[in-house]
Amino acid sequence: MSDFTHDFWSWYVAVITVVSIIACAVLLKAMSTRKLAPDQKVETMGHVWDEDLAEYNNPLPNWWRWLFYITIWFALIYLVLYPGLGRFGGTLDWSSTGQYEKEMARAEDRFGPLYARYAAMDITAVAADPQAREMGQRLFLNHCAQCHASDARGSRGFPNLADGDWLWGGDPQAIKTSIANGRAGVMPPMGGALGGEGTKDVAHYVMSLSGKTHDTLRAARGQELFATNCAVCHGADGKGNPSLGAPDLTDDIWLHGRGQSAIIEAITQGRQNAMPAWGQFLSEDKVHLLAAYVWGLSNK
Amino acid sequence: MQEQATYNYKVIRQFSIMTVVWGVVGMLVGVIIAAQLMFPDLTHGISWLSYGRLRPLHTNAVIFAFGGSALFATSYYVVQRTCHARLFSDGLAAFTFWGWQAVIVLAAITLPLGITTSKEYAELEWPIDVLITLVWVAYAVVFFGTIVKRKVAHIYVANWFFGAFILTVALLHVVNSAAIPVTFWKSYSAYAGVQDAMVQWWYGHNAVGFFLTAGFLGMMYYFVPKQAGRPVYSYRLSVVHFWALIFTYMWAGPHHLHYTALPDWTQSLGMVFSLVLLAPSWGGMINGVMTLSGAWYKLRTDPILKFLVVSLSFYGMSTFEGPMMSIKTVNSLSHYTDWTIGHVHSGALGWVAFISVGSLYYLIPRLFGRTEMYSVRAITAHFWIATIGVVLYIAAMWIAGVMQGLMWRAVNPDGTLTYTFVESVKATYPFYAIRLLGGLMFFAGMLIMVWNVWKTVVGAKAADAAIPAPVAAHA
Repeated sequence: MSDFTHDFWSWYVAVITVVSIIACAVLLKAMSTRKLAPDQKVETMGHVWDEDLAEYNNPLPNWWRWLFYITIWFALIYLVLYPGLGRFGGTLDWSSTGQYEKEMARAEDRFGPLYARYAAMDITAVAADPQAREMGQRLFLNHCAQCHASDARGSRGFPNLADGDWLWGGDPQAIKTSIANGRAGVMPPMGGALGGEGTKDVAHYVMSLSGKTHDTLRAARGQELFATNCAVCHGADGKGNPSLGAPDLTDDIWLHGRGQSAIIEAITQGRQNAMPAWGQFLSEDKVHLLAAYVWGLSNK
Repeated sequence: MQEQATYNYKVIRQFSIMTVVWGVVGMLVGVIIAAQLMFPDLTHGISWLSYGRLRPLHTNAVIFAFGGSALFATSYYVVQRTCHARLFSDGLAAFTFWGWQAVIVLAAITLPLGITTSKEYAELEWPIDVLITLVWVAYAVVFFGTIVKRKVAHIYVANWFFGAFILTVALLHVVNSAAIPVTFWKSYSAYAGVQDAMVQWWYGHNAVGFFLTAGFLGMMYYFVPKQAGRPVYSYRLSVVHFWALIFTYMWAGPHHLHYTALPDWTQSLGMVFSLVLLAPSWGGMINGVMTLSGAWYKLRTDPILKFLVVSLSFYGMSTFEGPMMSIKTVNSLSHYTDWTIGHVHSGALGWVAFISVGSLYYLIPRLFGRTEMYSVRAITAHFWIATIGVVLYIAAMWIAGVMQGLMWRAVNPDGTLTYTFVESVKATYPFYAIRLLGGLMFFAGMLIMVWNVWKTVVGAKAADAAIPAPVAAHA
């Protein structure tokens, strides 16, 4: 173990621990006395405080003494078996890391084949398998529902996975990549470049793309600004670009809230969003199954 | 000289009354946050009434305001009466009262504002920590100064416990609160990472061991034999369990950090010393309960004695439960569940609040020149409603905790978790309701106490008792 910078500290811990436990036993032994004889009356210590406070000096109850000794023995035996005395790792060679690895390996032995069955299958085929869908849903509820909700319909800032609209592409491989590697969605703040009026103009143009009521004069001015500032990611037609995660602005689906103020906020301050990479946490087979479940939500 | 020979009861009266006041406040906040767990929108999203701000206010109010005031009151009473000497310094004693109240008021302002170090039970920011330190040093001077002045050769056992509590809390507070101030209301801990966690729980568990245990055992060693009218059961037992208790508690902190980044050896030491702690803890319970032998019949009629004896039962129960929960296998089920909340409240309500309430019912009439509380029936009513309240509270949290632990570890045949986290929250609702009911009953008991104390105190003449000469046989 690397918990100690020097052997001294290992010995320091071990010696103090053992001496301390034994000191408890010595104290207990030193204060133990014979039981009172049946006809013997217990005496007080002879001190009186505050008019009538006094103390008897009954012997320590035997069951209590034994309880104390048993815990002391337990402590000593435990510290022989398990890590505790400095660097000494215990005769059972147990460690929390070892226990974790063993349990994970056991789980892999037991559950791994269940997932391996589907690993070789095509994602569309997996999605058609009722048992695979059931397992996929459980994985989804365990790992994804916290953000995307248990019905996968998401909430503000967390994409709806059941509506057929995709930021990073909705084909099976794209979904699998999103789950395994995560995604970092970044829209840069454009408020400085566009200015207050320019931002408003662009917002009206963006609203016009999805057929929202808008100021046509502003939208016309905004169209030019959009072409030079926004089209590089969102496309000249505003239909987005899945390779950048740039959303389609024409489909009236709004991840960060709908309406003029939300659009102006997005343009002014930009947006940042992150999907964590689950490939480091879940096995590849599980990611495969999850991708099939998620793909199946909008491809029934 | 002769007319000066009285005890200083003024500071005890002040602390006693404030114990009742802060008890009501702290438990009211507890009831509110218990209700928030059932009705999350109860306070309409007002930030300073949110659960995260009120929860530390609740813990600080019940531990340091209610419990702390009770400890000041009883330790000042006990140390004077058992030393046959007036407090070392009336001025410093008055400073501890006003200083401690200032700390509490500052806590009640800063915590809802979100000013916090985020260290559990040590949330107060550094300027308040400095004030606590000053008050505590003054407390130590008054207490130990009085011990030095004592007219009897032997130091009574209650004072050992109060003394250990005062010294150790000073050490814990200074070490754990060490921080680098950035602004007047913001500081960073002097420790980082897992060391910070370890120092925090060394503090946290010893706050339980010394603030909430040793101090209240001091209370027990005076008020139980006094109210029972019987000598303490065993001097010998008190010696063993005192030294073993204060020594062993120091090691137990790591059991709060089982299965974390804390090194395995540290976790093991925390666990084994927590188990060794069982017998020393029970020593205090045995000594209290056995003091009643020969006086058990008094329990039928005396509600104060009921409070004291039931507090010892809860003390025994929670000090059995604690070592069990520190066993790693048990802890892997109980940790992070409401079982821990149940355990804490069986100690805080059942032990700390019961022994304090019992002691105050003994103390308050004597501080105001009366022989007993205005209504003994009201004490009985308080006892029953509080007892049922605690039992409901802890039983609900036990069941909820074990249920949560089992739900979290349940797995499907394919290795996935059977329940999502939110399902375990949903399943806890009925138990949140029972807990709220239990808390309300306990709170209602405190309101009965307020009425009874008011009726006892109003119109009474505050009287400082004369210091009697030590019993001759002893001197």
